[in-house]
Amino acid sequence: MLVSEKSALTAEIEGIVNEYGNTRDNLLPILQRILNKHGHISEFAQQEVARLLDIHPVEVYGVVTFYGFMRVKEEGRYIVRLCKTISCDLAGKEAIARAIERELDIKFGETTQDKKFTLEYINCMGMCDAGPAMLINDTVYTHLTPRKAIEILKNCK
Amino acid sequence: MNAKILKRAPVSQQRQIIDKDSKADIGNIVEIEINGKDFKVPLGVTILEACRSNGIHIPTLCYHEDLCIAGVCRICVVEVEGMKTLQASCAYPITNRINVWTSSEKVRKARRHILDLLLSEHYGQCYTCHRNNNCELQTLAKEYGVDFFRYGHIQERRYSVDRSSFAVIRDMDKCVLCKRCVRTCIDLQEVGVLEATYRGDRTKISTFMDKPLADVICINCGQCINRCPTAALKANDPSDEIWEAIDNPEKHVIIQTAPSPRASIGEEFGLPPGHSMTGELNTALRMIGFDRVFDTNFSADLTIMEEGTELLLRLKKKLVDKDDNIKLPQFTSCSPGWIKYIEHFYPDYLDYLSTCKSPQQMFGAILKTFYAELHNIDPANIVTVALMPCSAKKFECNRPEMRSSGYKDIDYGLTTREMAQMIKEAGLNLPELPKSNFDDPFGEASGAGLIFGATGGVMEAALRTVYELVTGRQVPFQNLNIEVCRGFEGIKEASILLTEVKPEWSFLEGLELKFIIAHGTANAKKVMEMLIRGELDDYHFVEIMACPGGCIGGGGQPIPTSPEIRKKRAEAIYKEEMELSVRKSHENPHIKFIYEKFLTDGPCGHISHKLLHTHYVRRGRYID
Repeated sequence: MLVSEKSALTAEIEGIVNEYGNTRDNLLPILQRILNKHGHISEFAQQEVARLLDIHPVEVYGVVTFYGFMRVKEEGRYIVRLCKTISCDLAGKEAIARAIERELDIKFGETTQDKKFTLEYINCMGMCDAGPAMLINDTVYTHLTPRKAIEILKNCK
Repeated sequence: MNAKILKRAPVSQQRQIIDKDSKADIGNIVEIEINGKDFKVPLGVTILEACRSNGIHIPTLCYHEDLCIAGVCRICVVEVEGMKTLQASCAYPITNRINVWTSSEKVRKARRHILDLLLSEHYGQCYTCHRNNNCELQTLAKEYGVDFFRYGHIQERRYSVDRSSFAVIRDMDKCVLCKRCVRTCIDLQEVGVLEATYRGDRTKISTFMDKPLADVICINCGQCINRCPTAALKANDPSDEIWEAIDNPEKHVIIQTAPSPRASIGEEFGLPPGHSMTGELNTALRMIGFDRVFDTNFSADLTIMEEGTELLLRLKKKLVDKDDNIKLPQFTSCSPGWIKYIEHFYPDYLDYLSTCKSPQQMFGAILKTFYAELHNIDPANIVTVALMPCSAKKFECNRPEMRSSGYKDIDYGLTTREMAQMIKEAGLNLPELPKSNFDDPFGEASGAGLIFGATGGVMEAALRTVYELVTGRQVPFQNLNIEVCRGFEGIKEASILLTEVKPEWSFLEGLELKFIIAHGTANAKKVMEMLIRGELDDYHFVEIMACPGGCIGGGGQPIPTSPEIRKKRAEAIYKEEMELSVRKSHENPHIKFIYEKFLTDGPCGHISHKLLHTHYVRRGRYID
């Protein structure tokens, strides 16, 4: 990371911390803001948050790893999360999974070379009546078919 | 609410010690029934405390007297009548009349199942484990009659062993997630290297970004090792290399023993805490094959001479020469854990540290120069071993700065536990051995060096010498015992008035020498915050030890540890000290000898600066 990038990130995090207050109960909203902007919470960002809240970096890391949607490394701009729970499985999740893997040419848990897509499984998101379901960033797609899933991916810019 | 919450644990989970007598006065007594018998207990004590104080055994695993309540292991569950589920007795404060059953069928079954579950992911076999016979999980398994693995037993490693650190080795396959190390690191020591990460069955204790321990800001204090119930944490054991050196006839192997291991090593041989084993230990070390057995107290005396002189020089420069670059108060530098702590957390304040090396390193530098010359031995063939109560000493002796003799000043740092293991391996039963003395020329030491082992000891030893140097009189305390320096309060403050001083120290006339003693890095942090706020401007000397209780509670000491055990060890040291003839560092004849023959330009002179003083590294908190 360049020094200029670091100081820009520091200034940004300082702004966020000022907004929420520098107590440990504000840790989660602060992390969410960083996550929304950058898509991940880097090693440096975690340490800056720890410094500003006067807690230990490993405590921030503990929170970041606790939540499945928080990540510490840069990954795809679109994070495709396919539901793997039983209702979606019965509704034909496997076919969707194969179609997506073929389309993006990656396996689950991987990121495309152009850093556009990251593919992973998640547990139930409450769309059991409308499975198979998947989540791309913050948007839910339901009643998927292989053809529909590929269409959705193609529309991701 | 602007008050910052420094402690990680919320107030409700922090350890509350309720004084029985004070509560009894106001009638806050609750009558409860345990196993069908009536008991009266103070309001607010936990079921566990109530049972323990009445002689009823409840097994525990994550509970530790030094730490806040976690309630995660569930081994201590009991049945409370009227409650739907079993309750963790360590986390259940008694507020009303309850009926408790501590070993009903439901309780026994639950405990057995909890143990079976813990064991199902506990990799390895007991006979190849260094905690064999001193493992809380093993003891519980025996206690609850575990004779097969109900839920299976993991056959393959899930994690690799982290051997990166000079001091602490982490084997997460042995971890039972009791979080004692986490609470030790964050709450007790406020270093914050370890935390539980991930979630559910993927939970593990890890460092920031799963980095090796050597790359994070671990201060090597080893307090986590002392509190680990299993073998997940251990010190980096150099005994194989030491055996090799002993077995090599060309090597001249010297061991120096620190004051605290002798007060605690008996515990490894089944003695209760508080038995000093100095003489027996010397015999054992000779029988093992060490060529010379020296007393670290000698170099503790040397440290006092150097550090005391440095303090007086700083006072002179500050008060007479009005030199504003001189930093006061002067902080002690004997504790390598504390040194690494200040290098990481307060790198801007390194100038406050005394430049003196720790006694261990001073001794190493003397052995490979003066001693080698005196006895005509090639320093390359001298192997120096230091028996220390400390895991951070292993890191300290590997610092690149610690080579002022031209060789590695101290080759190996050995902990009390590892020494006990070597003695057992040599087939010796320590308590039965005859007593013997240390070897000359560095064998005799003063009591001032001995009390370095307990918190406040360095201060007490320094005051005895500094006061007498300046005024020509003994310190005005009965039997030289400066009681204000003793005891286990986190931060102790006191002062001593310098009057009728010798003419050469006239600038100190009427000065109230103010000092602070702190132990445990959590207290060190408080002292540093006071320094930053400017509250210590009129103080002169600060003693800090990284471990709770000072060296007697060090990370290399026998397991287990508790406030009670540390108190006993300290008592043993103070008792032994009273029996010594020389109790002031400057009166030690060997100290006089070394300043006449070798360090000819006196304390803080040119030679001692080269050999006995060091510099520190600005490490900072950022983890790369």
